[in-house]
Amino acid sequence: MFRLSIQTRQALGRLTLPVLIAAAFGLMLIGKADTVLADRARMALADSLSPIYVLLAEPLGRLRLAFGEATGLLSLRAENAQLRAENEQLRRWQSVALALDAENQRLKANLRWIPDPAPSFVTARVVADAGGVYAKAVLLAAGPNHAIRKGQIALDERGLVGRVTEVGARTARVLLLTDLNSRIPVILENSRTQAILVGTNGSRPRLLYWQEGARPQEGERVVSSAEANALPADLPVGVVHYSSANIPEVEPAAMLDRLELVRIFDYGLTGIVPPEAALRAPAERRH
Amino acid sequence: MAAIDRTPGIRPRVTLGRRLDIAARRAFPVGCTVLLMLACETPFGFANQAALLPAVTLACVYFWTLFRPAAMPPMAVFVLGLLLDLLGYLPIGVGVLTLLVVHGVTLRARRVLTRQRFAWVWCVFACVATAASVLIWALDCLLSVRLLPLAPVLFGTVVASALYPAIANLLARAHRTVANPERA
Repeated sequence: MFRLSIQTRQALGRLTLPVLIAAAFGLMLIGKADTVLADRARMALADSLSPIYVLLAEPLGRLRLAFGEATGLLSLRAENAQLRAENEQLRRWQSVALALDAENQRLKANLRWIPDPAPSFVTARVVADAGGVYAKAVLLAAGPNHAIRKGQIALDERGLVGRVTEVGARTARVLLLTDLNSRIPVILENSRTQAILVGTNGSRPRLLYWQEGARPQEGERVVSSAEANALPADLPVGVVHYSSANIPEVEPAAMLDRLELVRIFDYGLTGIVPPEAALRAPAERRH
Repeated sequence: MAAIDRTPGIRPRVTLGRRLDIAARRAFPVGCTVLLMLACETPFGFANQAALLPAVTLACVYFWTLFRPAAMPPMAVFVLGLLLDLLGYLPIGVGVLTLLVVHGVTLRARRVLTRQRFAWVWCVFACVATAASVLIWALDCLLSVRLLPLAPVLFGTVVASALYPAIANLLARAHRTVANPERA
């Protein structure tokens, strides 16, 4: 070990901060030159942290449940009345749905309809928020030998959540519909018009590029489109809602703020562009 | 000057337990920052939870740089910044640079600030957090070559400023007790 004079040591101490700031700029350049490196580092970190997240998930879930029950007790009466009204309405809808289903089966039988193969799925727990200030994503804990692959579709009990974008040894990252980089082909259910659902980093993604003359209607259901072979057709996505600036947005059907369990479906789709093409895509898309 | 140097003389060698104790107390600021950062990642079910991570990290780095700079050296700030980038999905290097700048600025203002009342320290933190958020936004825009909305980072600033008294209260208690190497 060298024995440095006090002056030298002080000078070196003063140099540390500028050198580290320069290193930060270097890191930015490296991150810009090789984006895959950063993604790999993130997944490696998530993989190593996932046992801690899994351990924490149990007590946190119990805490949330207890909190939900406590607040539920306060609004028990009002909720009961509301549920009874809703139940009445849903029973009416149920009879309509059953009749439509029977009719649908009959029509399909007459048409010799080839049914879609039933997709396989796995259920995974959301263990961490994998988003940032400008990213909306969640981290799923999967077993060490999971079968989750990039491009598979995540759904919660109500609708489309997003797509799997990165897969680690024990974890998978799902990019939500609301992320700035999310682009999803959708169909407006009433007019059967194609459109693109563009994430804005806010709670409601925006509808863009619908066909001329077929403006989205307030309250219209939005479902996924099989265009581009990235998603299966007719997954529930949400409901059209106009913002105060009169821009058509979609209120997602899935509870994206409170995801606990999601199902990852394997539809065997191959329409996802490889990452190197996706990197070039934003430059081409800009006008 | 450490307490041991104030009265020169020959003493028995420091035992292993005591040395471990001192090391643990020295590592406390960085350790508790890392733990708080990991805690921010667990899903609590709030909307906009992502604003929590930069806010907590900034508050911790600011507090320890101000009140115990020896335990928050630039190298540790660098590592914390890297962790912030990886956990917070910022472009690599952005969090590192921001935290280092915050550390540098706070070190400069330390002489004056540590003698002020809490309200002043809080006000300066709000200013530092705003500047840091704008820096994160500007670097993010620059690196992703597109104009990002400024609102999410400003919301982060509000969260940071609102949380600072609570975090500072907690850390100040730790600063006097478990994190104090002189009490080892």
